[in-house]
Amino acid sequence: MTFIKEFAAGLAFLARRLAQALLVMLVVLIIAFAVRTNLGDPLREIVGEAVPEAQREQLRHELGLDAPWPVQLARYIGGALHGDLGTSTIYKKPTLEVVLAKFPASFELVLGASLIVLLLSLPAGVYCAVRPRALGARLILGLSVLGISIPVFLTGIFLITIFSVWLGWLPAFGRGETVHLGGWETGLLTLSGLRHLILPALTLSSIMLPLFIRLVRGAMLDELGHDYVRTARAKGAAPLRVWFGHALRNALLPLVAVGGLQVGTLIAYTLLTETVFQWPGMGFLFVEAVTRADIPLITTYLVFVGLLFVVTNTIVDILSLMLDPRISLEGAR
Amino acid sequence: MNEAASRTIREGWLRAVIVERPGAAVAAILFGLIAIAAMLAPLIAPTNPFDLAGLDVLDAELPPRWVQGSDPSFLLGTDAQGRDLLSAILYGTRISLLVGVLAVVIQATIGVPLGLLAGYVGGRLDNVVSRAADIQLSLSTLMMAIIALALFRAALGGESLSRYAVPLLVVVIGLAEWPYFARTARAATQVEAAKDYVRAARALGASDLGIVGRHILPNILSPLIVVATTQIAGAIMAEAALSFLGLGMPVTKPSLGTLIRSGYDLMFAGTWWITVIPGLVLIGLLVSVNVLGDALRDALDPRLSPR
Repeated sequence: MTFIKEFAAGLAFLARRLAQALLVMLVVLIIAFAVRTNLGDPLREIVGEAVPEAQREQLRHELGLDAPWPVQLARYIGGALHGDLGTSTIYKKPTLEVVLAKFPASFELVLGASLIVLLLSLPAGVYCAVRPRALGARLILGLSVLGISIPVFLTGIFLITIFSVWLGWLPAFGRGETVHLGGWETGLLTLSGLRHLILPALTLSSIMLPLFIRLVRGAMLDELGHDYVRTARAKGAAPLRVWFGHALRNALLPLVAVGGLQVGTLIAYTLLTETVFQWPGMGFLFVEAVTRADIPLITTYLVFVGLLFVVTNTIVDILSLMLDPRISLEGAR
Repeated sequence: MNEAASRTIREGWLRAVIVERPGAAVAAILFGLIAIAAMLAPLIAPTNPFDLAGLDVLDAELPPRWVQGSDPSFLLGTDAQGRDLLSAILYGTRISLLVGVLAVVIQATIGVPLGLLAGYVGGRLDNVVSRAADIQLSLSTLMMAIIALALFRAALGGESLSRYAVPLLVVVIGLAEWPYFARTARAATQVEAAKDYVRAARALGASDLGIVGRHILPNILSPLIVVATTQIAGAIMAEAALSFLGLGMPVTKPSLGTLIRSGYDLMFAGTWWITVIPGLVLIGLLVSVNVLGDALRDALDPRLSPR
């Protein structure tokens, strides 16, 4: 009986969370529509500048661009549902196609950076929590203040100066050779692609790493104060097992929740990193679209980033609910 | 307390800071030097970098004095326009600091009253303010600022973006980060409002406005100062990032971020100093402010830290 009740509550939570996500996406689409109609001229996207004014009027009427705005908004959202968000004025192609073609590059950059952050922040954070007074822990925390203080684009510039300009070890720009796997253009399968990934991934991780070390440390400090840690130690469990097997496991819950909230920040830093390394991802595309005033491309990027943001946050919410039996479904609103 | 005793206490305090927190002392000195140099820029800068008529293209891209091929009249060399880099950095630091401080003033002007109100009144109002702060923070302030300035640039062109760069940057960065002040003020107000002196003031017939303004606000200033310190570092970094993307200060009125960007385009031609020197100044500024903020947080109540 309780199981069915729990299950129903779970479904209700899921439904509410999805409704919220849809609502946010609707707001994003309305903003994108407002930007598009006020800043851009949809007609110009289609026919260019060369058409005389009388013909423009007629075309505008035929295409329904003189319709009242609620009608146009409904059409825009209808189009968005079918994947039609307009035509890029730079590339003369559907904007969604242009943005999606750049997605693998950004994704692989974030993946590389996340791996570095994960592999370094967990041991470093745990170490700083269990040996707070040790010289190494103080050094790590001191360096993390330094890491937080160096803007991500400067880290990139300095890494390029050292490893590309002075030492000539690693390439500074672009993705190198890529391989097409179905619709996915990957740089992870060629040596050149991997070499090109090293510096950008290091740069992006440099700004997230200090933050996550502090998060892991904080969460671990909380867990280490609990009775179960003392019990485990009293039972004779080895320290490493208690730290990583017991405490870190529980510390991961708040980490997922807080780390998930950093998606927006991660997107902003990815944009900066891509600009420094001319990495052909979505952020670099966005900066290009802004410089050349490609309004449809700008709005499509906004909608896509909004979607990424909403999807990640929804997944994080559901994950933290599934991971943590202590969060009651009744209270989760 | 007589004068001699108070002096020993003050000297003891200074010594304690230097011995126990050498990092903070160094940071304070570094920040002081940078801030004073920036404020006195019009007096101490060798040239006026905004005066385009005084520039000579023949002077462009000269290296710093300790590098071969330099011109002794330019200590740190020149940039691509033939501008004296030292002067440009002094004025640029001035702009970076100005934008950072003004943006934080806006953040505090919005955040502190909202936080006081939410913490003091509580109930539904508190819910609304806290929810709004949560939502605003989850949106990533840097991303919001990038989008806002990108749209402004797309709408009105790069020309008007350059003309209104300072007020725009101040407003965009200022509006984006008020929640840190609101959260801190709210938490501190809740603690203070429960204390006896507030009840005593109310029993004496003080109005709510009087209690909040004259009694609670002065008592929650220290955590707010800590937030302000870290926020200034954040605002300076945001301004630099936006200028680096070409969404901030124009080349004719460069901040540190603009200088880094304009030098970055030329770095592979060997003119590293246009990027590296302003970059080091920016890092020095940010590190010193952040270390000061951390030291202040440790010195004042650590439980009221915002994140």
